[in-house]
Amino acid sequence: MISEWLVWSVFLLPVAAFIVISLVVRPLFNRYAVVSGLILIVCLTISFLISVYVLAIVASGVNLVFEAHDWLILGSAKISIGLLVDSVTAIMLVVVTGVSLLVQIYSLGYMKGDPSFCRYYAYMALFTASMIGVVIAVNIVQLYAFWELVGVSSYLLIGFWHERSSAAAAAKKAFIITRIGDVGFLLAIVYLFVQSDSFGAIGLNSLHIPDIWIAAQPLAAGGAALLGGTGLLFLTLGIFAGAAGKSGQFPLHTWLPDAMEGPTPVSALIHAATMVAAGVFLVARLYPVFEQSSDTMLIIAIIGAVTAFVAAALGLVMNDIKRVMAYSTVSQLGYMMAALGLGAFGPAMFHLFTHAFFKALLFLCAGSVNHAAGTFNMQYMGGLRKSMPITYVATIIGALSLVGIIPFAGFWSKDEILMSANVASNLTVISVGTIVFILLLAGVFLTALYSARMIHLTFHGQFRGGGTREISDAESRGVDLGPNVSSHVHLAESPILMVVPLLILSFLTVTVGYISNPQWVKSVFGIPKHWITEFLIESLPAYLNMHSLEFDPLVAVISTVIVLIGLSIGSWVYLGSRYASPNPSEDPISRLGPLYVILSNKYYIDYLYENIIVRKLFYTAIVGISDAFDKYIVDGVFNGLGIASKKLGRALTMLQTGQVQLYTIVAVAGTIILLAIYLASGSWN
Amino acid sequence: MSLESLLAIAAILFCIGLYGALSRSNVIAVFMSIEIMFNAVNLTFVAFGRYITPLAFDVNLGSLLTGQVFVIFVITVAAAEIALGLGIVLALYRSTNSIDLSQIVRLKH
Repeated sequence: MISEWLVWSVFLLPVAAFIVISLVVRPLFNRYAVVSGLILIVCLTISFLISVYVLAIVASGVNLVFEAHDWLILGSAKISIGLLVDSVTAIMLVVVTGVSLLVQIYSLGYMKGDPSFCRYYAYMALFTASMIGVVIAVNIVQLYAFWELVGVSSYLLIGFWHERSSAAAAAKKAFIITRIGDVGFLLAIVYLFVQSDSFGAIGLNSLHIPDIWIAAQPLAAGGAALLGGTGLLFLTLGIFAGAAGKSGQFPLHTWLPDAMEGPTPVSALIHAATMVAAGVFLVARLYPVFEQSSDTMLIIAIIGAVTAFVAAALGLVMNDIKRVMAYSTVSQLGYMMAALGLGAFGPAMFHLFTHAFFKALLFLCAGSVNHAAGTFNMQYMGGLRKSMPITYVATIIGALSLVGIIPFAGFWSKDEILMSANVASNLTVISVGTIVFILLLAGVFLTALYSARMIHLTFHGQFRGGGTREISDAESRGVDLGPNVSSHVHLAESPILMVVPLLILSFLTVTVGYISNPQWVKSVFGIPKHWITEFLIESLPAYLNMHSLEFDPLVAVISTVIVLIGLSIGSWVYLGSRYASPNPSEDPISRLGPLYVILSNKYYIDYLYENIIVRKLFYTAIVGISDAFDKYIVDGVFNGLGIASKKLGRALTMLQTGQVQLYTIVAVAGTIILLAIYLASGSWN
Repeated sequence: MSLESLLAIAAILFCIGLYGALSRSNVIAVFMSIEIMFNAVNLTFVAFGRYITPLAFDVNLGSLLTGQVFVIFVITVAAAEIALGLGIVLALYRSTNSIDLSQIVRLKH
């Protein structure tokens, strides 16, 4: 047993870093801005070490239970502040602090010389702290508070270069779209709050997460079975809406690619360990509740699989390397959600774990490429493998892990998800499981295709001019690219501060999948078979009776063959003679015709949201109605009152003659009338 | 004399005064009418005083002559008020060259 404060300090250290950087370093020592980065790195290093220690303790079988501290008592519902440390929390703490630490080290190089260096690190500290807050929260209101703080800090970081209008717009978009999902989450919390009396009757607190688990469990398993039927369906759907917004599930995924407007390390952090992982984490955190609603589970599985497929297809047509990766993240999050929906809790969280490493790696590679080429547009890259060998190898490792090639991390986790989908599917009957399995396999093919395209466009062939050429091309077309593209092309490997995190992440990407979850042998370096999935399942109630799936060679072979076909097609198309020429000519992908048009317009979903829903529906209908109400009813009442009193005043001035005797007559007449009324009322005795 | 007849005389006097104060346009006449109204009120004071404490002269004099004492007060205050009012009338005459109330409508503005 370790002290509660030690676990709290994982969260409090980044908070302290945030406070010190924003209140001390930025106002007083802005000249020594690099200090702010060092402060955060030191804090996160300590946090990371404590997280590893906590993980070791939890993994050794100790049950860490801390009493929550009451903050606000509202009838039977108690809003408390406390720690919930189980296996999921322990793994997430290590991932969040670890990835964040590497990203901060990388940022020292990437953000060097930025005038807002301190502000960047202050936001980063807040962002990391909020995510840790989400992970450790024991009370659903506590979780919601940090959930929203993650939203706020991502807003600040996406819009970090707020002087660019596109960054400001992307920040707003991310904030608003995630907010749409959060409404569902909030309603779910309100529903729980309303139920607090029936929870309180049997001694449960409706806002306490472990109590919600018990409330959802069937009586046979020792639960309370308080939640069920339609109430449970809407509760879980509401929570899932929040998770879908944060995790960029279709159709709320549109903010994620735009979030690329932030600095690249921010994208790496958002896409790997924080923010988008929060949505998957939320569903996993309340998994015992979701598990009781089979309808919600079906919806999650289908939405996850559809997201995995459609986002991978979008990744095919993007020219911006970061956008390719953004859609890749959306797609991989779809895999996790689909796995959760199919009941594959362990594989989903395992994929979240491995994805954090290889996606952080890929984003940091993209930043490294940008550092050299001055642009993110892959059409103007090419041939970078010669000048940036380390980044090249790191990207290859990340991409192979992403597509799922043995033995990279992504293979093991994706394979587990596919195995679960395979178990859930039945190829003779059309069932949800079958559809999910087919969509996920199709997603694997598309993933291979876009990864091949990304690597070949970026690193193979000949260099096509980078930012300098893109700017001159844009000028000849009369387009201003803004400050996103720099004409500073410097074809060389990135500075050491940026390369070291790449190397560490590459090493982890190669090893972590196999080591943390050995599939074939009894143990690797003392880690037993199926360690991480079994460990994650420990956090679930025992009656669910979950087990890791045994390795299925058939699924592994099928997915590997699909990946190889995808990679081969991609290489065959993009290594052809056309792209050997140093000319950003037409991309072969555009020969897909109408399909390409639909994809490059992102299925017209942005168009639907912005032009139809916002401009037409919202502006004309809702805004029009409220505008008319304001103009005619509200303004009408007040203008009418004004005009009426003005008219009345005019009328009354007619009485103002200045004749003293007339006034007196009026006064006397009034007195007589009052007297008459007094007498007539009969109270004269 | 009975209280009723005294009050009737006072009421008649008050109405005469009121009529004069409302109808005459000469400021001096208005003043005189107001004085008549004062005296009507004084008459009711005295009448009621006598009606309520008919034995005032035999018993404790000081505490029972309230009505009569008020009349003395009113006469004094009315004298002061007339002195002030005539001063205003003089000032008015100096500035407008008229003491016709129907012509003086400066309160309008």
